[in-house]
Amino acid sequence: MVAVMAAVTFLLRALPFLVFHKETPPYISFLGKVLPPAIIGMLVIYCLKDVDIFRAPYGLPELIAGLSVVGLQAWKRNSLVSILAGTVIYMVLIRTVF
Amino acid sequence: MAGYIVLGTGFGILLRSAGYGLPWAFAMSTLIYAGSMQYVGVGLLSGGVSLLTTALTTFMVNARHLFYSISMVDRYKDAGRYKPYLIFALTDETYSLLCDGHAPDQAEADRYRFFVSLFNQCYWVTGSVLGSLLGAVLPFSTAGIEFSMTALFIASFTEHWLNTKDHIPALTGLIGTLLCLIAFGPERFLIPAMLLITFVLSLSGRRKGAAS
Repeated sequence: MVAVMAAVTFLLRALPFLVFHKETPPYISFLGKVLPPAIIGMLVIYCLKDVDIFRAPYGLPELIAGLSVVGLQAWKRNSLVSILAGTVIYMVLIRTVF
Repeated sequence: MAGYIVLGTGFGILLRSAGYGLPWAFAMSTLIYAGSMQYVGVGLLSGGVSLLTTALTTFMVNARHLFYSISMVDRYKDAGRYKPYLIFALTDETYSLLCDGHAPDQAEADRYRFFVSLFNQCYWVTGSVLGSLLGAVLPFSTAGIEFSMTALFIASFTEHWLNTKDHIPALTGLIGTLLCLIAFGPERFLIPAMLLITFVLSLSGRRKGAAS
């Protein structure tokens, strides 16, 4: 499994060097622009897939910690601070409040 | 790069809490060397999904590297013996460091890029190993550390959102995946979501192209 992940990752990085010696087709450049934010959005949902909003604590720790990350990121624009603070907030929440 | 050490440490702790020790952390950071993919990889390993799902997920999560490489094709053209490693080590962070770095002269530039790439990976591997060791000895429970991955993606999503006026791709990713999660359930929604996202974005791109 680790080998599969390693192989696919390297292939993705190497492929353009083999294929596009001259110019990039417009459709590929277009996907290159729009896919990253969409995939990040997908990964956010992927991380939250097992949260049950119909049973206590109704996904509230995830919601509060997640919103803190958004707020901190918009304010400080420093991913490291947002990630660390969000994780600490989450770890404290699931121990003390919920 | 403090960032790589901290993120690597988070990865090591997370991997340890999933039941995979030091050799796994070292092997993954050395061989795969892709930040967010390794966080996702922890879930794939412990979730026991098929190799096909592993390959497809890796493909989608790391597809953005295609575009990093595309923009580096010219710059790495004459890198010679450095080239294979430069290509292997083209991660998000390395790309963002090298894509706007100025090149004094060609031979110097290639050496400079090689060492930036190499040091980045050293920081990353060091962080992972550190995290793996820490995860084993920490006196308190690390329950909830897995939220660091969620936080990583939420922060990245917010950053993308603030940097653009066109929010259709971001919303497509979020809503499309949510719909697939509801329709297919938490075990099988990733692949349909990837297909749906690509399809919807291609359509929206074509309509925009026709309109302009």
